[in-house]
Amino acid sequence: MTNINLRKFLSENKIVALLIVVALIWLLFGYLTYNTDTGVSGFLTARNFSNLLRQMAITGILAAAMVFVIVAGEIDLSVGSLLGLLGGIAAILDVVYGWPLAGTVSFVLLAGAALGLMNGWMTSYLGIPSFIVTLGGQLAFRGAVLGLTGGITIAPVSPELRYIGQGYLPGWLGNACAILLFLVLLFMAFRTRRKRLQHNLKVPTPVMEAVRLVVIGLFILGFVLVLNSYQGIPVPVLMLLFVLGIFTIIAKGTVFGRYIYAVGSNSEATRLSGVNVNLVKMVVFGLMGLMAALAGITTTARLAAGTPSAGFGGELDAIASCFIGGTSMRGGVGSVIGALVGALIMASLDNGMSMLGVDTFWQQIIKGIILVIAVYLDIVSSGAKRA
Amino acid sequence: MPEFLLEMKNISKSFSGVKALDGIHLKVLRGECVGLCGENGAGKSTLMKVLSAVYPHGTWEGEILWEGRELKASSIRETEKAGIAIIHQELMMVPHLSVAENIFLGSEISNRGFLDYDAMNARAQELLAKLNVHDINPALPVLNYSGGKQQLIEIAKALNKNAKLLILDEPTSALTATEIRTLLDLVKSLKAEGLACVYISHKLEEVAEISDTVTVIRDGTHIATRPMSELTTASIVTMMVGREMRNLYPREDHAIGEVVLEARNVSCWDVTNPERKVVDDVSFQIRKGEILGIAGLVGAGRTELVSTLFGAYGGNHKGSVHLDGREITIRSPRDAVKAGICMVPEDRKRSGILPIIGVGHNMTISVLNRFAAFGLIDEHEELAQIQAEILRLKIKTADPMLPIASLSGGNQQKAVLSKMMLPEPRLLILDEPTRGVDVGAKYEIYKLIFALAKAGVAVLMVSSELTEVLGISDRVLVIGEGQLRGDFVNDNLTQEHVLTAALGQAKQMA
Repeated sequence: MTNINLRKFLSENKIVALLIVVALIWLLFGYLTYNTDTGVSGFLTARNFSNLLRQMAITGILAAAMVFVIVAGEIDLSVGSLLGLLGGIAAILDVVYGWPLAGTVSFVLLAGAALGLMNGWMTSYLGIPSFIVTLGGQLAFRGAVLGLTGGITIAPVSPELRYIGQGYLPGWLGNACAILLFLVLLFMAFRTRRKRLQHNLKVPTPVMEAVRLVVIGLFILGFVLVLNSYQGIPVPVLMLLFVLGIFTIIAKGTVFGRYIYAVGSNSEATRLSGVNVNLVKMVVFGLMGLMAALAGITTTARLAAGTPSAGFGGELDAIASCFIGGTSMRGGVGSVIGALVGALIMASLDNGMSMLGVDTFWQQIIKGIILVIAVYLDIVSSGAKRA
Repeated sequence: MPEFLLEMKNISKSFSGVKALDGIHLKVLRGECVGLCGENGAGKSTLMKVLSAVYPHGTWEGEILWEGRELKASSIRETEKAGIAIIHQELMMVPHLSVAENIFLGSEISNRGFLDYDAMNARAQELLAKLNVHDINPALPVLNYSGGKQQLIEIAKALNKNAKLLILDEPTSALTATEIRTLLDLVKSLKAEGLACVYISHKLEEVAEISDTVTVIRDGTHIATRPMSELTTASIVTMMVGREMRNLYPREDHAIGEVVLEARNVSCWDVTNPERKVVDDVSFQIRKGEILGIAGLVGAGRTELVSTLFGAYGGNHKGSVHLDGREITIRSPRDAVKAGICMVPEDRKRSGILPIIGVGHNMTISVLNRFAAFGLIDEHEELAQIQAEILRLKIKTADPMLPIASLSGGNQQKAVLSKMMLPEPRLLILDEPTRGVDVGAKYEIYKLIFALAKAGVAVLMVSSELTEVLGISDRVLVIGEGQLRGDFVNDNLTQEHVLTAALGQAKQMA
C-alpha cells in the first residue's frame, strides 16, 4: 500500500487509526512497566485491563451522549455537575430513605432525563446558547448537590447498589453474552447481504465477509477470555457496551439519528425540509441527561458513597474524548465508537502514568497536550484529503 | 505585438488525478475587459484560484506572465501586491465593521499602532467619490448597505490596493437591476482609465455589453478566444454547451385545473425593522397544474411572501391561506410539508443543502419516515429510492454517499429539488430555482417543472430572470415594493410590460 493510499484508508477509517494509537500507548506502557524479575509487565495484565475498562466506563457513558450533543452543533458543560447531583440523589434515596434499587434507579434516570430536557428546552425553544444554559447548569447543579448532601459524604450504600459499580458478571454469563452478541452480528450480516442483493446493490465477496466476521468473533472471544481470566466482565463495562450498541444504532439506523447529523450539518436547511429541529435538539439534551444519570448511579455505586464532589470536571473528560475520537467542533461529524476509543485513550494514559508514579500535574499536562495533538492530526488528515 | 498585462499559458491543474484544467490560455491587455464564460464546473473558478495563488505556484502546470515577467506567487498576499484583485461571488465583508474599516482591512492607516480613523474615512470617501458613489457614509457599518452597495465597497477596497486587474466573479447574481446598471457603468469607466478586468458571469447580456474579448472554456479545456464584435450571446451559449441550444424552454402542454391554494391579504413586516412593511396586502390564487411566475425586483418582498406561505418567515405576518377552499394554519415548514406545500429556498448554500452529508441522504431527509418502522430506517429501501431519483433527475455523482458540497451547483440544486419533490406536494414553491446553475442543468430543471405541472402539481416560481419567468410561466404576478402590481396571463407578455408594472408605472390590471 502506498503512502497516499494508506493516508486515504486511515482518514476514511478513523477508528482504525485510533485503535493503532491505543495499541501504541499500550505497548509503550507495557514496555515501561515491565518487571525483569517476574517477567510480567504490570500494565498488560488481565487485572489492569479490567481496572482500565472500569475506569473509562463513566467517562465513556457520558461521551456516548456528548457525541450527539456536539454533532447537533451544541455543547453541554453541565454534565459533570449533573452527574454529581444525580449520584447524590441516588445515595440519599438509598442510604437515608432505604428505597429499593429499582425505585432509586428509575427515579434518578427520570430526573436526569427531565433535567436534560430542561437544558434542551431552554436552548432550542428559548434560544439561549447551550454554552450559557449549561454553564449556568454547571454552577446550579453543583450548588444543589452541596445543599442536598450538606457537603458531607453519604454512606454506606446498599450492597445491591454497590454491585452496579463494583460487581462482575459470572464467567458463564459473560460467555453467554458474547455468544449472543456474535449470533446477532452474524444474523445482521446475512440479513444485510440478502437485502442488498434484493435491491441489486454491491455486496462484498463471501470470503471477505467471512474474514470480517471471524476477525470480529476473535476480538469478542479475546475480550471475554481476558476479562474472565480475572474476575469476569465488570458490570459498568457491560453497561458501557450496551450504551455503545444502542447509541450506534440510534446514530446509524434511525430517523432521529439522521436528523441529529442533519441539524449539525445545516440546521436551517433541515428545518426547511420539514424537520422539527427544536424537538430533535431537546431530545438530544434529554439523552445526555439520561446518560448523566446512569453515570451518576455508577459513580455512587463504585465509590459506595455519595460525595458532593463526584463528577467534578467530568464534562471536560467527555468533551475531550469526543474530540480525540474525531467529532467535529462545527457539528455534523462524529461517531459514538470514536468517542469511546477517545475515552479509552484518556483512561489508558491516566492508568499507565499512575502506575509509573508520574506526578498528577504531569499527567494533566500530558493529557492536555495529547488532546491538542490529536485534534491537529485530525485536521491535517482531513485537510490533506481536500487539497 | 501588444504588451499583455497578463498572459496565462497552457495552465493545467489536477485534483487527485482528475484534470480540472487542461491547457487553458487567457490573455488580458491593459484597459481591456475579458469575459470568461463556461458552464458551472467548466473550471472558471479553478482558473481564477490559480491566478490569485489560492493554489500556489507549483501545484499546477503552465506559466503565468504578469507585465511580461513570470509570476510565481505562493499566496494571495503576493498576487494582491502585484495588483490582482478578486471580487468574489459571495462578498467578503465584515458586516459589523465600518465601510472604511472594511476597505482598509489588512492595510490600515495607523499612527504608532493607533488607527487613524480621520485619514481612513477621508481616503474612503475619496475612493468612493472616484467610483461616483456619494451616498455611502464610510463611518457606518457595512451591514447598513445593500448587496449592490457592498459590491461597490469591495471595488473601492481593490482600488485602494492599487489593483491593475480586477476579477469579478458573478458580481451581479444578487443585485437589483439598477445596481447592475451602476456596476456595469462603473466597470466601463474604470476600463477607460486603464484598469483591466476579467468578468465572469452566467448573464451573457452583461458579458456582451462590457467585454472586448470573450474566452470560453468547457470541461477544463480552452474552446475559443474571440473579440466580442464577432460573437453574439447565442454563439457564446453554443460554444459553452458544445451543442446547439435551439429552445431554452422545453414548453409542454399541461392542463390547468381548479384552484388549489388561495392566499388572502398577506402582509409581512421586516425581521430587523418591524415597523417596515415588506409585503403589503397581497392576495392571489394558484390552480392545479399551473405554473405561476412571480416577477419583481430584488427586495420587492417576493421571498418574504413565499416563505410566509411555507411557514418559514421569521418576522411578523398576517393573512390567511386556503387549501382546496378550507383555511389552514401553517406555523412551521413542518406544517407546510404535511399540508402538501413544499419550497426550494433561494439561498442554496445557506438553507438548501446539508453540506457534509451525502447527496442521497440530502434527498431523503424530507421523507425518512417513509422508509422507517419504529424509527429504524430500512437503508436498502432508502438506497433504492435514492438511486431511482439520481437516474430520474440525471444527477452526476460518482457515489450517492458523496458529500453534496463536492458536487457542482446544478447537481446540488437537482438534489434539493428531489428532496422537495419526494413528499409529493400539491404546491411546489421554487425561489430562484436556477440561480448559479449552468445552462445544461437549467434546461433539465425546466423540464422537471413542466413534468410536475403535467402531473397536476401547482408550481409557484420566483425568479429575477425575466426571460425565465416569461419562458415557462402560464401566469405572471408582478410584485413591486411589497404590493401586487399586476396579474397577467402569459400571452404575448413582454419584459417591458412586466418591468413597467414592477416599477409601478403601469395601470393596475385585473
